[in-house]
Parts: sequence; structure tokens; C-alpha cells
Amino acid sequence: MIEFLNRVFGREPSSRTAKERLKLVLLSDHLSLAPDVIEALKHDLFEVISRYVEIDAANCDVTFEQREKQVAMLANIPILGMQKRPTPPPPTPASHTNGSPKPPRKASANGTGTPRRRRRKVQPQNMPQPQLAQGSPQPT
Amino acid sequence: MINQVIQDEVPGAGDVPRARGRAIVVTSGKGGVGKTTTTANIGTALAALGASVVLVDADVGLRNLDIVLGLEARVRHHVLDVLEGIATLDDALVTDKRVPKLRLLAAAQTREKDDVDTAAFRDLIGTLRDRFDYVLIDCPAGIEKGFVNAIAGADEAIVVCTPEVAAVRDADRVVGLLGDDRKIELIVNRLRPALVRKGKMLSVDDVNDILHLPLLGVIAEAPDVIISTNRGQPVALDPASEVGESYRAIARRITGQDTGAPEIPREKTLFGKLFGGRS
Repeated sequence: MIEFLNRVFGREPSSRTAKERLKLVLLSDHLSLAPDVIEALKHDLFEVISRYVEIDAANCDVTFEQREKQVAMLANIPILGMQKRPTPPPPTPASHTNGSPKPPRKASANGTGTPRRRRRKVQPQNMPQPQLAQGSPQPT
Repeated sequence: MINQVIQDEVPGAGDVPRARGRAIVVTSGKGGVGKTTTTANIGTALAALGASVVLVDADVGLRNLDIVLGLEARVRHHVLDVLEGIATLDDALVTDKRVPKLRLLAAAQTREKDDVDTAAFRDLIGTLRDRFDYVLIDCPAGIEKGFVNAIAGADEAIVVCTPEVAAVRDADRVVGLLGDDRKIELIVNRLRPALVRKGKMLSVDDVNDILHLPLLGVIAEAPDVIISTNRGQPVALDPASEVGESYRAIARRITGQDTGAPEIPREKTLFGKLFGGRS
């Protein structure tokens, strides 16, 4: 009932606000990244993907989840179409492949139809080791 | 210097080799979340179950475990007296006459945490583990020297956290500092079920969605705790108290007598509100 009234009046329970604020601040604590750096990371991520495909920028969503010992980044990036190729893909880093850059992967395996939404998992490998349990001071 | 020959009636002092006791540090990072009350009540409840228990106050300079337990008048020596050879361990251990299997090793009140040598404190906890089933260490707030000393000899930790953003954040930090080698369990303290139902307080699930720790128990905010602390009588000794029962349930979980999921306190009924009061 109270939840219903809150919804009617557009109020979010303060406990939910508390939880969301905590999640964000702990993510920032664990990654040793300031919240605005995380925003910049999301921005760059969208930018890279939109070099290959046209994305629905308004409905992109990146969240972080605390797994057992690490933080996982979950990106939900709706793809509008494959047509958009404003800039050629930059060369793939040498550590990935020695040959010519791979063409962008097809959004659907059989080539028919374009999936509306894709869920990608990106492990933050190049970031300071995100951990829940560690005693050593983190680089800042 | 703490390995003097000890004559003591505590089981284990002179008998055949026994299993080493468990050293459990009660910690939180943030101050004021109820570490000392938790330590006092779990220790009392464990001793009431028949285990030999020593409570060690590691909050040097801000000693409080003695007054919460109601043993303040009987403290003659403290942990630094023992570490510095001024008193023997047995001189310093205070026996709780209500629960004779419970001992207290008080902190020094007029000294500083930096006066305690970490290795010596760890050795002291080791000595106590040889003599008691449970060594409960009341950790000071903060993550400085006092914290480092308190966790040094403990291979298990109980993290006490209230359903508040600051407490959860600090608990998360402390879990990181405790490392991977210790068994860590969570007590959610001072839960107010009515507020949780209204969405005005983080629930136990909310807290643990963030901390991801095995839940040892949940303690509701209750006047019983304030009243019993006023009197220096741990609420765990009050058979009629619901919160006392919550502490006793935690003790049974620690010993392994209880293995089910911890009970989450619920709102009191009108009947309970009308007739459950005490002063």
C-alpha cells in the first residue's frame, strides 16, 4: 500500500536511494576511480561501439556488478542498425591478432534480421585490479 | 613474558592436549554500531552454553567492554600490564560470577593504541587460544593501529553493520582489509523492521546485496539493549528478551548447534507492544 502510494506520487523509498548510492560509491571505492571517470569510461565505450554499428544512445545502460572477487561491467547497448560506418575501425591492437584487422562481427549469427538488443560483458582488465578483499593500498 | 606458569580452573589449563580455541574479532570500521555490545552478549551467550570464553578489549584508551558487562569495578589489571610483565595473565583475567566460564581481559584506559606491539598482542591471543574455547576480541573503531592489533591474532571475524550507508561502506572497507584468509560473517545490528517495511531503512537483503557475507544473525533495535547496558547486565542473560534470544541464537550458530538460516526480526504485534514492555 505504502509502496503503491509512493509510486503514485513518484517518490522512491529512501532505502532504495540509499542502496543505489551505496552501490555507486563502493564501485568507485573498489575501482579507485572517481564517479566522473566512470562516466567518461561509459562515454568512451559507447563511442567505440558506435564506430561499428549505430546504437540507440538514449537507451544505453552500463551497470557494474560485484561478483565473488571482482567487479563485472554489464553493458546493455541497443543496436539500431549496421549501416552506420562514419569512421573506419581503428587497427586492432597487436596483442589481439597479428593479421589484418577483423571486420566488425555480425550482430546476428545467421545474418538475417538485426537483433534489437545485445548484452555484452566486458571484464575491466586494464583497470586497477578491482577487488573486494585486499589489504594493500590501491594506486590512486 | 606472558607464558608464565598458569594455575587456573578454566578447562584446558592443565589437561590433556585440547583443540585450540577459536579467535574471533568483532569489528565494523565505523564506530557506534554496537561492536562492544555484540561482543559482550555473544561472549555471555557462548559461556552460558558451557564453552570457556575470554573477551579481550582491544580498544586501548577507550575501554568499555568492562562497563557494558558490568565488571568495571573488578578490573585490577589490563592487557598492557600483561604484555609488559607487570601482571600475570591470571591476575588480569576477571571472572564473570554470573557466568563463571566467562573471563574478561580489559583494555588499558590511560594508554594509547600505539603502545601495543602487534606481534606481542598476536602472541597473547595465541596463548589465550590454548586455554579457552573462544577468544572474542572487541576491535576499536577505525582501521589504524588498534584495528591492525585486534585482527592480528584472529582467524575469524564478525563484521557488525547497521542498516545505514556509512556503516555499510565502512564494513565493506573492513572486509577488504581483513583479507581472504579469515572466515568472515555478518551481523546486521539495530534493524528496525517497521522502517524496513515502509522502505525507509535498508533491509538485511539490501545490506548483504552489497557486502556478500554469510549472515550470522540479525539484531533488532530494542529498548532491552539500552536498559540492560544501563544495568551492566548483558541482555543475552534475560530469558524473556527477544533480542537476548537473538544473541543466544548467534552463539548457537557459532558453536554449530544451530545450522538453519538466521531469523530476521519482524515487527512487534500490538499485543507485544502493549505487554512486552519493561523498564
